[in-house]
Formats: sequence, structure tokens, C-alpha cells
Amino acid sequence: MAEQALPQPAGVTLAKRQPTPKSFDLKRQPGFGVIAMACLAALYAPIVILVLFSFNASRSVTRWSHFSLDWYASVVTNIEVHDAARNSLTISIVATIVSTMVATAAALATTRTRPWPGMTAAYTVVNLPLLVPEIVTAVATLSFFSLLAAQFDINFGIGNLIIAHTVFCIPFAYMPIRARLEDMDLTLEQAAADLYATPWRTFRRITLPLLTPGITAGGALAFIVSFDDFTITQLVAGPGQTTLPLYIWGQLHKAGVTPEVNAISAILLAISILLVSLSFVIGSRRRT
Amino acid sequence: MADIAAVEARGVTKIFGQGQDGVRALDDVSIAIRQNEFFTLLGPSGCGKTTLLRLIAGFELPSAGEILLEGQPVGHLPPYERAVNTVFQSYALFPHMTVAQNIGFGLEMQGRPAAERARRVEEMLALVKLAGLAARRPSQLSGGQQQRVALARALANRPKVLLLDEPLSALDLKLRKEMQIELKRLQHETGITFIFVTHDQEEALTMSDRIAVMNRGRILQIGGPTEIYEHPTEHFVADFIGETNFLEAEVRGVNNGEAALRFPSGGELAVPTARAIAQGTKVSLALRPERSSLVKAGSPALLTGRVQNIVYFGTDTTYYVELEGSGSFTVRMQNREGARLSFAQDEIVGVAFAPDAVQILAD
Amino acid sequence: MTELGADAQTRFERRYRVSRWALIGPALVIIALFGIAPLIITFVYSFLVAGTYGGVEWKFTVEAYVQFLFDRDIFSGQIQFIPDYLEIFWRSILLAGITTLTCLLVGFPTAYFMATRPPSQRNLWVFLITIPFWTNLLIRTYAIMLIIRDEGLVNDFLLWLGLIDRPILILYTNTAILLGLLYSFLPFMVLPLYASLEKLDFRLVEAAFDLYATRGQALRRIVIPLARPGIIAGCLLVFVPGLGSYITPVLLGGGSRLMIGNLIALQFGTSRDWPFGSAMAFILMAVVLLALMLYARSTGKSQVRHG
Repeated sequence: MAEQALPQPAGVTLAKRQPTPKSFDLKRQPGFGVIAMACLAALYAPIVILVLFSFNASRSVTRWSHFSLDWYASVVTNIEVHDAARNSLTISIVATIVSTMVATAAALATTRTRPWPGMTAAYTVVNLPLLVPEIVTAVATLSFFSLLAAQFDINFGIGNLIIAHTVFCIPFAYMPIRARLEDMDLTLEQAAADLYATPWRTFRRITLPLLTPGITAGGALAFIVSFDDFTITQLVAGPGQTTLPLYIWGQLHKAGVTPEVNAISAILLAISILLVSLSFVIGSRRRT
Repeated sequence: MADIAAVEARGVTKIFGQGQDGVRALDDVSIAIRQNEFFTLLGPSGCGKTTLLRLIAGFELPSAGEILLEGQPVGHLPPYERAVNTVFQSYALFPHMTVAQNIGFGLEMQGRPAAERARRVEEMLALVKLAGLAARRPSQLSGGQQQRVALARALANRPKVLLLDEPLSALDLKLRKEMQIELKRLQHETGITFIFVTHDQEEALTMSDRIAVMNRGRILQIGGPTEIYEHPTEHFVADFIGETNFLEAEVRGVNNGEAALRFPSGGELAVPTARAIAQGTKVSLALRPERSSLVKAGSPALLTGRVQNIVYFGTDTTYYVELEGSGSFTVRMQNREGARLSFAQDEIVGVAFAPDAVQILAD
Repeated sequence: MTELGADAQTRFERRYRVSRWALIGPALVIIALFGIAPLIITFVYSFLVAGTYGGVEWKFTVEAYVQFLFDRDIFSGQIQFIPDYLEIFWRSILLAGITTLTCLLVGFPTAYFMATRPPSQRNLWVFLITIPFWTNLLIRTYAIMLIIRDEGLVNDFLLWLGLIDRPILILYTNTAILLGLLYSFLPFMVLPLYASLEKLDFRLVEAAFDLYATRGQALRRIVIPLARPGIIAGCLLVFVPGLGSYITPVLLGGGSRLMIGNLIALQFGTSRDWPFGSAMAFILMAVVLLALMLYARSTGKSQVRHG
């Protein structure tokens, strides 16, 4: 009896195999995938549209006529854009260099060492610019420099902006460097000392080369944050100190929405994306 | 002219932290390690063996006491000014340098010309049997190969003393055994004093010329493998190395290098001892399982009991005996007649042993 | 036997390592001088009198703080409570709060999804979410503006579908600001959540299933409580900057819909009331500090609980 085949309903062939049941994915939550995809799409759609219309031949930012690079051409030949770009680059490059050097030193002092008195306080101070809302920093910095100018007749010109940028760049450079330092094997430096390397030579031959990816990542982030800054720059900048974001703002208020603005925006986006990618690639290549 | 000790520690104490929370990692440790010997610091984790090693290398300063290298105090010297090199537990190979650059690093730091460095690197690679791998990076090597590069890197500097901090702990069993033989060979060939740190007593026994057994920041006993194993002087040493049975007895008197002991069961035995012990003192005794044997009930024996458990292990059989009165006793006998068991579970048996197998422990 | 003691150790360390203070000094000096000092000056300014052409006059008064809640009639000297500024503060808190909540509701499933991808995919997702995080906020807000304007894509699309026959006003409304904030701060919520969820030991979820939990119960009772540090961090990272948001309300709210951010900026621009602006900046800072202290306490507590 048991060996007899089970009676099959009519019309079903015996050769048909049952599909194997899907294995139980313990991590799956229904709908989450859809939301995630929608999120990603929503994050990129506006940017994609903006970039797309920078290649639009007509003046409209919403109705597509045909492909053209005219707006990029006008951006590249625009003298005001040149000035703004020069200011942006000057400020950001100097701020990046100074903040990265300072942040490297700070990271070396606060990572992988036995806690020393005042370390937590120092760490908090280094990260302070991150905790203060940007508008507060902006007005505070404005007040500071106007006080210097009014009472002590001190004005650094574009140096004011460079200083202001350096301050908030420091924590952004600090984080990746600190992360990289924490990942580093402490015994490597002990091994170097064991092999007759003085502290300075240990730093130059072992610590610094291994730290370089972190420093590069930190520098890239500091540059982006400075290059993209708007609020602080707007309040602190004096005449003739227009940066690219400030220029965009000015254009929006003067000429309204134009594809030229789209073009400049697209260029700035490209720079940011490039630097983030660089920082990412370097950061993910751990322990070479 | 007496040989100067290669490394000496005099009354070294090391305290980490302050005041109440201070941890006494080393407590008044004194030790003299001879030239050209393979010396092992053996103990459980936290016993201070690594701390002592780091003090010799220069990564820590003693809180009290002195460290001397070849008779010269070095306490104030940083690691890069001591003629001592270390093989780290994690190897600590520089990931951004090739094997050759790693090995030659110490020489480079000492300002040796490139040609000399290249020669020495070749020499070292041959010594550790890694010729041809000079251009590789550490990440491209296996664990065993990395270990040998770490060795080569330290030996390249021809140090007076080589410190090894549990270098074999990350290797699998087969590789460990191979490396143990390798290390022994290297020590013989180079004649360098090796100070080896491990928690594995088997490793210590097979490799060392002398062993220092440590626990809780103190050195309990120093001696050759035989001495440590056969004649432990402290309870901890007897317990940590191999398996031991502990007994209690009362000293009736010491006469001519022999102590007359009386056991709780009533039996008496004269045991050789070098110490002078007052009459009436209660002492602890240590006795190895393989130095005792079972005898049939009825034969004269100092201890009697019942066989509680039998574990057959191919080469030998272990009998766990529940002693009459109290306590348990482990007896291990070689299976000279194959698997045939001479004694059965629950059988009443006697435990016999030779007098010189008994160790009187310090209290 | 020589007693070396603690002095020799510190002398040794001081020679062995460059002084930590020398290393961290530059950072501390720069931030103290150009970050903290300005904040102190702002605090001082909030107690001064407004200068006629902007700036301040060095006379002590608490007028700025009074001005926040009360209006003094210049003729009769009568004090009247005005809710205007409170309204602005309240609107900011409300908008920031709704943004935080919405970002959480949308961001959590996203972060969870990302954290449960195979490792190779995960890096790609993190990369994709990180990019908007680091791009220019002004440009991103501008991009939203393009879409929701009267001639923008949303209206174009709805008109084309025939659902409406005149463009609906989205730009320059509270909704516009909300959309702008959501768009700006979504990555700020997703990334900390992801960091927390990525560390989750899914064997705990496995154990929950073994004990008859459904997917929903496992999510609610195991995953979410364990992701608490990430949730709190994400909420903080959205709420605090959202509260002080400047670009978004200015660009998308027009001149009339003020949030704290542009109210403060206004005082340093056309309104020429620096003390008042400084006072409000300080009140904003106080609120932020409060939120941060609550955060610090909650992480301290959770550390104790989860061991």
C-alpha cells in the first residue's frame, strides 16, 4: 500500500517537479527595499535634473529643447566666475592645508595614548565647530572681525575668510585621520624603536607613511566643506570676496533661475563628487 | 673571571596606575640570565612575564629596581639605544615595506651602508629559510613566513639578547612544533641569548635551558626543565606544570637529609629533602601521577582507595582513585601490556610510590 | 637598589615623546581664538545697545532679551507681550521636529536595507548615500526649488497629466521649506542609522525567530532597541542643524516664512539690531546645548544598560 504512488489529480503530469521553497531570509523586512530604492531615487532625482538642464540649449530650466554646451562656455568665459573661483580656491586651499596639518598633530596627541589630564576637554574643543549651528558661528565670526576692525583696526582682508574656514575645517580633517590612526597597530612603532629608530625617524618612516591615506581623506573632506560653504562665508565676506557659492546666490537674486546657474552648480557638484570618491577609495583601502 | 650575566634584574618592581588603583605587575623580581642560554619566562596570563620582557626591551621603566645588560644598568635608556631586539607576538611587520626592507630596517637606522645591509638581509633570509622572498610584502606571506621574517628582522642586528613575546601563539599546532625546533636550532647556531615568554608549559619544557615560573608578579622557581618538573618547590609550580597530586603529612623529624613523614592514614615514609623542617610541621606534598602505581588490595601501600574512573589513552591509562578518608589521587600507568586493564572500576586498590618521587613544597 | 619612581618615568616619557600639548596646541589655539572667542563676543554683544548704523554701542542693557518677548511702546513706555518671535522659534522647532520624524520613518528602512545587503553591495550603497551628504547644500536646495516652482517639474507633470489646470503654489510655503529640509537632511539620518545597524548581530534576530517571533515583532523588540544609539545620533544630526537652518528657509520660504536662522541673519543685515540677533543666536545655542546634554546622558545610560 505504501509503495503505491499518491493519486494525482487529473491533468497533472507526474514528471512535474515542485519548485524548491525560497530559503528563509532572516534579515528581510517587507517593503524596506522599496523604500530604500525610492529614497535613493528621491535623493538623486533633483540633482540629476539640475545637471541635465545645464545642457539645455534654451533658456528654460524645465522644458528641454536640445543638447548644448553653450552655458558651460559662458560660465568659463565669465570674468565674475573667474574672480569667484579664484577666491574660492585661495580660501579653500589655504584653509585645507592649515587645518589638515593642525588636525594631524591634534590626532597624534589624542589617539592611542593613555588618557592624559585634559584630553577629553581638548577633544571636545577640537570638535566644537561641529556642535555649533552654522548661523551662530556665522554671526559670531562676523561680530569678532568687525570688533577687530572697529576697535583695533585689524583687518586681514580675505584672511578673515581663510581663518573662519580653517576653524570649521579642523574637525572635518581630524575625523578621518583619527580613524586611520586608531586602526594602526601600536606595536609597529614599538618595533621601530626596538630596531634603533629614534622617535622622529619612527614618525617619518613608519607613522607618517601609514597615516597618509587618512591625511589625504581628511584633506579632501576639509576642502569640500570649505569650498561648498555658504552661510558663514556670506555673513563674513567683505566686498570683492565673492566665492563660487556666493556668486550662485547672487545670480539667483539678480537674474533668477537660469541654466548658467545650473552649469556652475554642475561643476561644483562634480568637484565635490570627485573629492568624496577620492576620500572613499582611499579610506576603504585599509591596511595596505 | 666570572661570566657576566647577559641580562640581570635586581629587585625590580613595576606598578601601573596610581595609589589605590595601582596594579603591581612585578613585585621585587630578581633574576640573572646567562649568556648563550635559552631562557623561558613561564606563567599564566597576567603573571608579569610580558611586563618583565618590556622592561628589558625598554618600553617601560621599572618603578623600583634595576635592569642590567652585561653588567651595565640600562634603566634610563630608551629602546632604540639598547642592544636588545624583540620578536613581537603580532610580528609587527611594517606593511608598507618589503620583506628585505623590513629585515634591513634596524641596520638602516644604525646607518649601515646599503651594500652591507643587502648582504646581511641575504644571510638572514637563508638562515630562516626564506630565500627568494625578499621582494614580497608582509600581506603576501603566510603566518609562518611572517613569523620567520620577524625573527630575521630582529636577528639581523646581531643583538646580545633576543626577546620573544609568545611568538608561536598564533600558529597552528604542526607549525608550532616545527618552529620550536627551528628556534632551538637558531639559538644554537647564533649563540645569542634568547629570552622566551610563553604560557604553554609544554613549549617551555621542550625548548628551554632554564625556566622561570612566574605568578602574580613574582618569580616562584628558576631551574632547568628537569628540576622544575621533578622537583617543584611551590604549590603553584607543581600545579601549573603537568599534573600533580597533593597530599598532606606531618614531619616527625629530619635526619641525614631525610624527612620522616607520617600520613593521615597512619603510614610512614622517609623522604629525601635538603631542607630543615621543624618537628611536628604539617607540610604539603606533590606527587606526579606517572611516578605512582596501583597495587592490589592487600599489598602494603601507604594510601588506599577505590577506583572511581578509568581513562584509556592509548599510550597510558589514567586511574582516578578516591582515597580512603578524603581526597582523590590520580595514577597514570603506561600500557606496557597493551589495553588489558589490570584494575577495574570500583575496585579497592592501594597506591604505591617511591620515596624520592615525593616533593615537599614550601608553604 | 635604586628607587626610580614616578619622576623618572615622566622624564623618560617627556624625552621619548614630543609633548602632547605642543601637538594639540595649534588646534586648540586656533579654535579658542577664532571659534570660542567669537562666541563669547556674541554673548557680550547680546547685552549691549544696538548701534544706529549696525554694530553696537558699549552700554549694558538686557533690552535684547526683553525684545524677544515684549514690545516696549516708545511713547507710552508700556510693555506688551508679542508672540511673533516665539512663533518663529516655535515654527522652527516644529519644522525641524517634523523633518526629524519623517527622516527617521523613511531613513530607518533605508538604513536597514543597506545594512542587510551583502558586503560588496553595501559599500556601493554607502558610497551612493554619502555623496549627497557632502555636496553643496545651496545647490541641493536650488535643485529642489527648480522642481517645485510654478514652472517647475512637479507642476509641469501635474498639468500634463491633467490633474490640475493651474500651477499649484508649492514654492514659498511651509511645505516647500519642509521638503527642502527633508531633502537636505535625509543622508544625515541614514548614515548614523546605518552605522548602528551594520554592527547588529543578526544572530539575535535568528534567536528571536527561534522563539516564535514574527518579522514585525523581531523588528520592534530586537532590532529597533539595539539600534537606539544610531537612532538618537541620527535624530540629533537632523534636528540641531535643521533648527538653525538658514539656506533652506531663505531660498524656499521667500521673505515671509522665517525660521530662527534667517531671523538672526536679518538682524545683522537690514534690521541692524546686532544685540537682538546675538541674543537669539544665544538662545538657539542654549536649545542646542540642551539637546546635546540630553544626548550625552542618554548614551551614558544606554552604555550601562547594554554593557
